[in-house]
Amino acid sequence: MTKLLTRKAERIDELAESGGTSLAKDAFRRMRRSPAAITGAVITILFVLLAIFSPWLAPKDPYVRYDELRENLTPSHIPGPMPGFLLGSDQNGFDFFSRLLVASQQTLIVGVGATVIGAAIGMLIGGLAGALGGWVDTLLMRFTDILLALPSLLLAVSIAAMFANGTQWTVIIAVSVVSVPIFARLLRGSMLAQRSSDHVLAATALGVKRTTIVFRHMLPNSLGPVIVQATLTLATSILEAAALSFLGLGDSDPDRAEWGLMLAKAQGLLDVKPELAFYPAIAIIVVALGFTLLGESLREALDPKNRR
Amino acid sequence: MLRFTVRRLLQAIPTLLVLSILVFAWLRVLPGGPAGALLGDKATPESLADMRRLMGLDEPIIVQYFKFLGRVFTGDFGNSLASGDAVITEIARRFPATIELSICALVLAIAFGIPLGYLAARYRGRLLDNAAVITTLVGVAVPVFFLGVLLKYIFAQKLGILPPSGRQDVTIDATHVTGFFVLDGLLTGELDAAWDAIKHLILPSIALASIPFAVIVRITRASVLDVQQEDFVRTAESKGLTTPVIRRRHVLRNALLPVSTTIGLQTGLLLAGAVLTEKVFNWQGLGSLLAEGIERRDFPRLQGLLLLAAAVYVVVNLLVDISYAIIDPRVRVR
Repeated sequence: MTKLLTRKAERIDELAESGGTSLAKDAFRRMRRSPAAITGAVITILFVLLAIFSPWLAPKDPYVRYDELRENLTPSHIPGPMPGFLLGSDQNGFDFFSRLLVASQQTLIVGVGATVIGAAIGMLIGGLAGALGGWVDTLLMRFTDILLALPSLLLAVSIAAMFANGTQWTVIIAVSVVSVPIFARLLRGSMLAQRSSDHVLAATALGVKRTTIVFRHMLPNSLGPVIVQATLTLATSILEAAALSFLGLGDSDPDRAEWGLMLAKAQGLLDVKPELAFYPAIAIIVVALGFTLLGESLREALDPKNRR
Repeated sequence: MLRFTVRRLLQAIPTLLVLSILVFAWLRVLPGGPAGALLGDKATPESLADMRRLMGLDEPIIVQYFKFLGRVFTGDFGNSLASGDAVITEIARRFPATIELSICALVLAIAFGIPLGYLAARYRGRLLDNAAVITTLVGVAVPVFFLGVLLKYIFAQKLGILPPSGRQDVTIDATHVTGFFVLDGLLTGELDAAWDAIKHLILPSIALASIPFAVIVRITRASVLDVQQEDFVRTAESKGLTTPVIRRRHVLRNALLPVSTTIGLQTGLLLAGAVLTEKVFNWQGLGSLLAEGIERRDFPRLQGLLLLAAAVYVVVNLLVDISYAIIDPRVRVR
């Protein structure tokens, strides 16, 4: 009982100290205190910086086959580290270290591209369904239910298989389709919940136009969950893209440096040079983990239930 | 209860119908249309025209759709381009292998996932909890196929204690009655064959179980933490019930509800994971059938497997909802 009382007292003190804050400010404050959030944010920032600056960071040209590397390259031997080439060669005589760095860029493009397209289409569907209601809502939600009725990887596979030759864009489109229904459901749910909430009722009573209510009152309030979902989708998109590459549905450009592709193509080389698979795999795992940590802690921080 | 079941069953029908329309449309937007997809690289303008007539592609689209639907209902998905066999025969042949693998993976995920999730919640914030949370985060971040390749590399290639691929050693001359190799071994009394099949199962099951395991741990932990704060738990405490009784009857029982939903959903997703796992371990099941189908652009086969996967997913969801209504009477009202 006393424990309960002191906890309550602490809470009141805390509230008094903070002097009332906005949800965003409050969420940011809480995120700063969570080690998971900081880890996630640091990984994400480092990854994005690496992706942007990797062309300048890479010591060698990642798209040039070097003779020094190629002359020692046999099916059973891939040169290891040597002067000028930090991690040695990959299976094609490229500088492995430079490719590993530059691959972050393609990985980020695939992840962000798929997430942005998926979120945009999903939000359009969900927003229309939530704002209009009625038969539009029923129709659109039936459609998203169907997309949800297929396991995500199979959905991505069936989209990717439609294209005769895989490119970076077929991968992005295939992976983005998977997240469309998730964003649609999310935004619709959030808008439905708001339709009968006080601030929307008040705006309606004041005679505010419906489009204004949707764009100025409902959408901004739904952005939190969407941002959380987008962060988590970034992680799954990168993993799905890697899986597509593994199944032979990835980018068919043989020289493209992307972690998922590099990992998929190095499967058979574990005996020769396991690093060729391990390093891209570790990179994918760390980045996926970073996005997930960031997304999860954002979710927790933005949850009003946790507001203290 | 019956009313709920019937209503839920009726709801599944339009879903499946629209799904069939989507798959039908999917075949039609493929490069070269269904005839081109069927003939593959060998297509010439004449053979394409012949095939189009043969497939009834010159008929009105509505007629085509209903014919397609009729074929699907009778289990006729056409013949595989790669093997020439009927797709439904291929599926039937490979089905036991995937079921065997999926059951093993699911048992592993549940048997380790629920206790770990429960213990993590009970010892919240302690070492075990932190380890569990990190495991679930990493478990979802590791590409399934890479985990498979890694397990194969360590346990089969480096240590040599487990077989790297396949379902049974080729030198073992086992009799197969059911197609479930472990069960076959036990039924026929060929224990060495059963044991060999089990050894082959270990690595692929672990790889396939990784994601369901991580998800189950997560949901169990979150759910137990939620239930612990419920009013009825406090009531039970104040009634003076002993802690073990509260934990078993009040906390665990209620906490397992969302877990059962998760298990159901993960079951529906297993086929997707199986595509990757079976390819890594050369496991002759539906997943590798699909993976081979992708490589060869074997569209009749892909169409059959996609419809099957979707149907399984819808049915599993249905079963989950119904079982949920049995466990929790409150659901029925909605």
